[in-house]
Amino acid sequence: MGKVSKIEFLKEKAIELRKTALTMIHEANSGHPGGSLSAADIMAALYFDELRLNPNDPQWEDRDRFVLSKGHVCPILYSALAIRGFFPLEEIYTLRKYGSILQGHPDMKRCPGIDISTGSLGQGISCAVGMAIAYKRDKKDARVFVLLGDGETNEGQVWEAVESAVKYSLDNLVIIIDNNGLQNDGTCAEIMPTQDLYEKFKAFGCKVYHIDGHDMEQIVDVLSKARNDKGCGKPIAIVAKTVKGRGVSFMENVVKWHGVAPNDEEYEIAMKELEGGLK
Amino acid sequence: MKALRDGFGDEIVNIGKENKNIYVVDCDIGKSCKTQPFAKEFPEQYINVGIAEQNAAGVGAGLATCGKIPFVCTYAVFGSMRMCEQIRQEICYPMLNVKIACSHGGLTPANDGASHQCIEDLGIMRTLPNMIVIAPGDYYSTRKLVREASKIYGPVYMRFTRDPIPFVYNEDEEFEIGKAKQIKEGNDISIIASGSVLHMAVEAAEKLEAEGVSVRLLDMHTIKPLDNEAVKKALEETEAILTVEDHNIYNGLGSAVCEIAAELGKGRVKRMGVQDQFGESGPYYKLLEQNGVTVELIVDNVKGMLKND
Repeated sequence: MGKVSKIEFLKEKAIELRKTALTMIHEANSGHPGGSLSAADIMAALYFDELRLNPNDPQWEDRDRFVLSKGHVCPILYSALAIRGFFPLEEIYTLRKYGSILQGHPDMKRCPGIDISTGSLGQGISCAVGMAIAYKRDKKDARVFVLLGDGETNEGQVWEAVESAVKYSLDNLVIIIDNNGLQNDGTCAEIMPTQDLYEKFKAFGCKVYHIDGHDMEQIVDVLSKARNDKGCGKPIAIVAKTVKGRGVSFMENVVKWHGVAPNDEEYEIAMKELEGGLK
Repeated sequence: MKALRDGFGDEIVNIGKENKNIYVVDCDIGKSCKTQPFAKEFPEQYINVGIAEQNAAGVGAGLATCGKIPFVCTYAVFGSMRMCEQIRQEICYPMLNVKIACSHGGLTPANDGASHQCIEDLGIMRTLPNMIVIAPGDYYSTRKLVREASKIYGPVYMRFTRDPIPFVYNEDEEFEIGKAKQIKEGNDISIIASGSVLHMAVEAAEKLEAEGVSVRLLDMHTIKPLDNEAVKKALEETEAILTVEDHNIYNGLGSAVCEIAAELGKGRVKRMGVQDQFGESGPYYKLLEQNGVTVELIVDNVKGMLKND
């Protein structure tokens, strides 16, 4: 695939992921749309281009691993897994329902393609560090990717994990921060200012990049840089500036849409807006 | 006399030699947890994340998803409480093969005072689904149970203690997780003990025997899953049960035994242990005495319980 057509393909996938995530949240009448939408473009690039995976063998030993440390945005991850064929697409209609493989937060025991159960913030990144250490010690080529929320970095454990990633020279670990600027109770600036995340990760000893998390060319480009950084001896941190709710006008940058499902009318409008890509 | 933490430190080296997937994750108290010989011998199987217990638990979970068998090591007070939610979320819930191996359980970090003593761990860990909880009672049983824990798949919390205590077993004794060790047969009364006060129960049982009281003594090294059958038999075949532990009388061994007795609807249980109060700096046996745990009081309690009948 040429570069231009790859970017177009991934943009389309990002829209498909957004629509699938909203559809399952609407059906469940419960879930977290805001952060799912802010992470959609990054997730499309990871799941349809960057990650080395085998949907027919989710436990493949040499796979790249993905840890959704901000576990509450699992609708966007479930969408990627379903569309990649880890499980039948119809499963999305079971989100948060009794007996479903699609729990309210990711459950590795139930859902194929989930590398670690998450949901309690600040913890996934530690697990990712453990995985990356194991891969290094086993001399595997595969890498570990982790998606963090910016609000999530309020958790002190995140920084414990980053310190250990630096100590163990985990250049096979790519930490992506979905920097959408909002958290549950309000803006990050109001609730707990994160300060300059780029400078923070840099000060901790990571190799850091800053991108527009909705610009597919930038996402693809930074992921290819991170690939080439293997051997640099530092974990890679990508601070991706995003907009919570991106792609649905009335959800963009609105705190309320952190954890509320759209009603029928809102869902119809949202799906219509998403036709034809990001505005 | 030898400390339980030394039993762990000695055995983990042997296990690490045999199985390259055995890892140790330390939190900057490896010296106290006796993992330094392991660290020196197997640097490729060793990680020290510094004073960051929460991260240690998560790193352990991540390693386990890659087929490693990590022993995450710290003091009981941090292992059961500072990393409690991490253990719940990332180890017990996904049922990962991580062992939480803690020294300084109970009142044994005696001089350190209440901040470092841990009288709550067994109860807290017992509450977590999928968790196995083990509190060995001497050096040799510690070695055997550490080895057994490494062989079974799934989360295990192991509690070791700081100071040398008398041997109860010889080195050939075998132990099975979840199965009480009957140290002494008897049919008047049962004493069920675990951890670093086990040797006191042994001494008390010997004294009682000399006075003509037939004591059944069980080492309940596995607090969960509790050996329900052994407890039931003790309730049915002897007059009463006295539990002895270096843990809060709430939620530890004594509570677990009471649960079985209550459901069975028969028998009588008396609990000896920490009286729901924090410790303080002082000699270990003085702190136990403050809580009514002495050999003499075990003897007196047994006699009192028999008199009531």
